[in-house]
Amino acid sequence: MIAEIGAFAAALALALSLAQGALGIMFANSTARAGAAAALSQAAAFACALAFGCLITLFVQSDFTVAVVAANSHVDKPLIYKIAGAWGNHEGSMLLWCLVSALFGAIFSSLRGKQSLGLWSRTIGVQGLVTAGALIYTLFLSNPFARLDPAPMVGNGLNPLLQDPALAAHPPLLYLGYVGMSVPFSLALAALIEGRADQAWARALRPWTLIAWTCLTLGIGLGSYWAYYELGWGGWWFWDPVENASFMPWLVAAALVHSAIVTERRGSLASWTILLAIMGFGLALLGTFLVRSGVLTSVHAFAVDPRRGIAVLILLAVSLGTGFGLYAWRAPKLAQPSGFSAVSRESMLVWNNFGLAVAAGVVLTGTIYPLLVEAFGGGLISVGPPFFNATVVPLLAMLFLLLPLGPMLTWRVGDMRAALGKLAPAAILAVLTLIAALVLSKWRAMPAIGLMLGVWLIAGGLVYLWVRLRRGEGKLSAKVALLPLAVWSMSLAHIGAGVLTIGAVAETAFRSERAVLLAPGEGVAFAGRRVTLLEVGGIEGPNYSATRANFRIDQTSGAASLHAERRYFPTSPMPTTEVGILSALDGDLYIALGEQIRGSEQWTVRLYHNPLVHFIFAGILLMAFGGGLSLVALARKRMVST
Amino acid sequence: MSKMRKRDQRLMIIGVAGAVLVLAATLTFAGLRDSVVYFVSPSELAEKAQPGQRIRLGGLVVEGTVQRAGDIATFSVTDGATAVQVRYEGLLPDLFREGQGVVCEGSWRPGQAFDADRVLAKHDENYMPREVAEALKQRGEWKGDSRP
Repeated sequence: MIAEIGAFAAALALALSLAQGALGIMFANSTARAGAAAALSQAAAFACALAFGCLITLFVQSDFTVAVVAANSHVDKPLIYKIAGAWGNHEGSMLLWCLVSALFGAIFSSLRGKQSLGLWSRTIGVQGLVTAGALIYTLFLSNPFARLDPAPMVGNGLNPLLQDPALAAHPPLLYLGYVGMSVPFSLALAALIEGRADQAWARALRPWTLIAWTCLTLGIGLGSYWAYYELGWGGWWFWDPVENASFMPWLVAAALVHSAIVTERRGSLASWTILLAIMGFGLALLGTFLVRSGVLTSVHAFAVDPRRGIAVLILLAVSLGTGFGLYAWRAPKLAQPSGFSAVSRESMLVWNNFGLAVAAGVVLTGTIYPLLVEAFGGGLISVGPPFFNATVVPLLAMLFLLLPLGPMLTWRVGDMRAALGKLAPAAILAVLTLIAALVLSKWRAMPAIGLMLGVWLIAGGLVYLWVRLRRGEGKLSAKVALLPLAVWSMSLAHIGAGVLTIGAVAETAFRSERAVLLAPGEGVAFAGRRVTLLEVGGIEGPNYSATRANFRIDQTSGAASLHAERRYFPTSPMPTTEVGILSALDGDLYIALGEQIRGSEQWTVRLYHNPLVHFIFAGILLMAFGGGLSLVALARKRMVST
Repeated sequence: MSKMRKRDQRLMIIGVAGAVLVLAATLTFAGLRDSVVYFVSPSELAEKAQPGQRIRLGGLVVEGTVQRAGDIATFSVTDGATAVQVRYEGLLPDLFREGQGVVCEGSWRPGQAFDADRVLAKHDENYMPREVAEALKQRGEWKGDSRP
């Protein structure tokens, strides 16, 4: 019964969002019609929430007459993972996509602010059509409420690797990010239909780009953290096609966050901002396509159904076709921007956008190149990390070299000499880092340059904060409290990028890795420590049994103990690795237990030392925190102004 | 005068942007040329792989061929028609199993074992490297999707 209610609610949501689309877009200057579209969007969100609530209930009740529940849940699973199981699969996650899209539409429609009626109404309309497209796909190609006959008794169980708190939160966050890009897309299309993209429009756009970017940052970070401690490969980023699929919209969202500032503050770059919003949503859809169609070899490619892939491609073609078509037709009519000098904050932000957009283009090329080669009969190929390291990394390095200059320049016409003068301490610190890193790493230029850039970003961010604090009269402590949140948020996000850079460079260039065979009682010297395998025994978990190995780590600061496990779930033939991680100031010692060598006492043990790896995750968190703070700043400004 | 300067500035910006774009494009195409790795099945290895060229070899691990001697593992990979011996220094991944799909990255010279420096066996029990599935389909060895 609950499944039928869910399916009905989803169908109802489809009807409601189609009506929302029609009324919102053909608004004909009528307040009543626009209001009706807004009301419809709230009803559609309610219907979607009802449908998703039904799906969660089915998972909690372990109703195995429903195919998705039977394939992805198990009676023995802990409750939290039963709930997370609702979106840990293809069908459920698509319903989540619809819910987020409808919810964002409803929130947008209830916060009109100072937007013109036409832009507001048409944005609600386009958002309705986006939701409707996702619902059509969900209902007709991946219905989560389909029944299964005969029903199994216990269910297949969620892939044990996915039974993890970080991974329970990873898909919803990424979806908030992906779908968050749909609102800027709707706003962009509305602006093109209206033939107007003014500062109020950019003001409405900014919070949505920030939400999308912040959620993407957190979602990617969580996924990367999960891969680090759960997969047992010792790495955190693999340039896997699906990682790229989330990285491309992230790059474009980052560009959009910056270009929207220029459009809001100065009224320029409106047409570029619109183009970015269209591309960002296109890449988010492409991300969904890459993940869901299984066209690329990837750890995530689990839904191999060509019909679904084609359907997502059709959605992509319709969205991008409409977006670019409207852009080509209407964008020339948008008001011409006011000018700015080559040395100004605007121009620095243009360079930022240029760098991020080119980086996104390069990642896109590398990701779809294997598909193109195969489609034209060139054989099966793969494009791996060497490609991305040789292309994306230098682009980002150039971007980071310029980054601290941006905030130091004023709008319209900046003074480069003054900016460089203020940044001199940061530059000196960065050069000292370069020299120290060159000497200590025995003249390895690439990591040294990377570390220099990281320090340059952090020091540049701190110098900017200092310059802002020194402005005006009064006590420093009083001025700290008065400093606008926007200044803090930007500085923290930029400092976060620096921290991430340092971590990424150190981890990539200076990690050590060793695989050894150890019998209980045997030890090995590794990364300045001695690692001894004490004993290996069996333990029982809630829904798995495990082999646990205990280690003793002798280091200069004393001895520590650490354990690593291999878990066997009755529902899955493959064991999972539960790594042991010993964090220290200089990085992580990371131990993964392998298999016992047949007919011997020895176990294979993989040892990694990942220097400064926590900088990576701390940097990601700082960037996301900066994004969140910026949202708070916008919300506060809005409350003050209304 | 100021108009003139504005045009110069615009030309300069376009020039720099163009240079960066050309640089990015060059890096991209050079990167694609150097770092693309082709995939072959054991049957295609002799005909398609240049000696010493970096290549991916995919297929099923032949049952009973896995041998370990210290850090060095050897095993055979087959697509049903031809089997190729692979030599790998290091520990095999956890999910490496006899009879299952695997992708080995490395180089090969006629008359020698395939010298792998990466062995990929991914983490989903239903997972079959897509290249392996394609190769097996071509050979008629495909037994259908294991997914219900």
